[in-house]
Amino acid sequence: MTRFVLGRIGFYTLIAVLLAFFTIPLLWLASAPLTSDPTYEVRVPDFTFDNFQAILEHPYALPSLYNSLLLSVGTALLVVALSALAAYALSRVRLPGRDALLYALLLLSSIITGTAAMVPLFQLAVELGLIDSQLGLILILSGGLLPAAIFMLKDFMDSTPKSYEESARVFGASPLQIVAHVVVPLVRPGLATIAVWAVANVWGNFLMPYLLLSDVEKQPAAVIMYTLYTEGGQANLRLLSTFGLLYSVPVVLMYLFVSKKYGFRFHGGIKR
Amino acid sequence: MAQATSPPDLTRETAEPTARRYSVDAAGLGRWRAGAFAAPALLLITVFLVFPALWVLYLGLTDYRLTGTAAADPKVVGLDNFLSALGEPTFWNSTWLTVQFVLGSAVIGQVGLGFAIAWLLRDKRGPLKRIVEGLVILAWILPSAVVSFLWVALLDADGGTLNALLGTGDYAWLLDHPMLSIIVFNTWRGTAFSMMLYGAALGNVPPSHLESARLAGASGWQQLRDVVFPHIKGHILTNLLLISLWTFNDFTPFMITAGGPDGKSEVLAVHVYKVALQSGQLGYGAAVSTVILLINLVVAVFYLRLLRSKK
Repeated sequence: MTRFVLGRIGFYTLIAVLLAFFTIPLLWLASAPLTSDPTYEVRVPDFTFDNFQAILEHPYALPSLYNSLLLSVGTALLVVALSALAAYALSRVRLPGRDALLYALLLLSSIITGTAAMVPLFQLAVELGLIDSQLGLILILSGGLLPAAIFMLKDFMDSTPKSYEESARVFGASPLQIVAHVVVPLVRPGLATIAVWAVANVWGNFLMPYLLLSDVEKQPAAVIMYTLYTEGGQANLRLLSTFGLLYSVPVVLMYLFVSKKYGFRFHGGIKR
Repeated sequence: MAQATSPPDLTRETAEPTARRYSVDAAGLGRWRAGAFAAPALLLITVFLVFPALWVLYLGLTDYRLTGTAAADPKVVGLDNFLSALGEPTFWNSTWLTVQFVLGSAVIGQVGLGFAIAWLLRDKRGPLKRIVEGLVILAWILPSAVVSFLWVALLDADGGTLNALLGTGDYAWLLDHPMLSIIVFNTWRGTAFSMMLYGAALGNVPPSHLESARLAGASGWQQLRDVVFPHIKGHILTNLLLISLWTFNDFTPFMITAGGPDGKSEVLAVHVYKVALQSGQLGYGAAVSTVILLINLVVAVFYLRLLRSKK
């Protein structure tokens, strides 16, 4: 009996320590945006919305969120479209060297990371005139995400039934029509997964935009956030806390949506 | 839905090998059109992923610089960059710090804590489990720029929450213990992945095996060692390789300590940035990148072999 009680006490103590460890760093993000004069200390907020007003007036805050949106949606669209086409072709047609190609893609995507490739990517962007180009950044980010996306989608396409495509072909549909009207509706959950995965990846990416975009008006929220707390002088905590919160909310909403709809089981691959 | 229809498909294909080609290429793409479908993706991958990887190998052999005469007219210097890296204490310092970072925050921190949480909550249901898991996952999904600043605020010497909680006055954690700070931070940041993986793995351990071990009087540790570990060995190895790879390539420490003070938390990822893009020694930075690529290659090949052997 005492052993049982001790076990219970031990269990809840551990859970309490865990909760504290994971909650304490986050408390500030929840309280400071609603506090009129926030310090680094976590305090009970006085529920003011002045800080959100201040964000509206900041010249780069809201535009940077728009830039983040532009970069992540642009990359997601490109990655979904190109990986769907490639994955479909690789799934249905035995191109010569297909298996070696898929293996090489998977290997490449895991070894060529932002850290390993930052020097040549920076050089490449300089040579191609892609510094300060959001389109260039979208292309570079897409190139990094495509191998894993093709790999995940190919698995998905392999497991969809082919009988619909056969019947569409019997009725005289062209291959492109079959892909657009038969295959895409069938694999929509897979496409949605890739889109969410790509958006999440780009939304949080700091290194690539930090390297390749020097114009503040083009920089996404990740870079503006970093600039806000590292630039000289006293950090503006009202701005930082509120901006951090606004920047985080979409990620949390997306997570809630995905976990509600599919159950959050990404199993690797979500982060690189 | 897909699962329900594929088995009959398979049996038909094996029974009638001539029908196979037609049923696989159901839309009648043919090789040329299939190639055209795959081409745009492969082009982007080639230009922005494969080419940079090859170029980094070449750049590492040159004296390329961001500015100055070597910027206009770079010369091939052979293995000089690699040799000077080997003789450079800052390179070894960064390598050693990276080893500490990967071992401390990934292998010990994330795997240990992730497994501990999954084990503690293995047969729990209800709100407690959801709250703990939700918070751990929240730390993982928030943008790295935001969580980095949250930790800068937490550890701040002047009024940071940690000092207030511990009553340590104005102790400057980031200046006095920069490595410890980023190791604890990265444990906090990345535990979710290991927790979810072990949660799924523990669900596959047959309850009857645990039950009989319990009836035979096995203690908690004995159950873990003799029943659970043999079942999840594969998961542990997969998990170790993946998070080591991610942690090794993680640039987030830069946003917390920027490698400082005095290079005391300058892991290799930050080191490359500092030598190549801040000091402008692109050639030398590329040589260090090559080392990173090679280490990634070893880990990734090992991981893919493991995946294949499982299939």
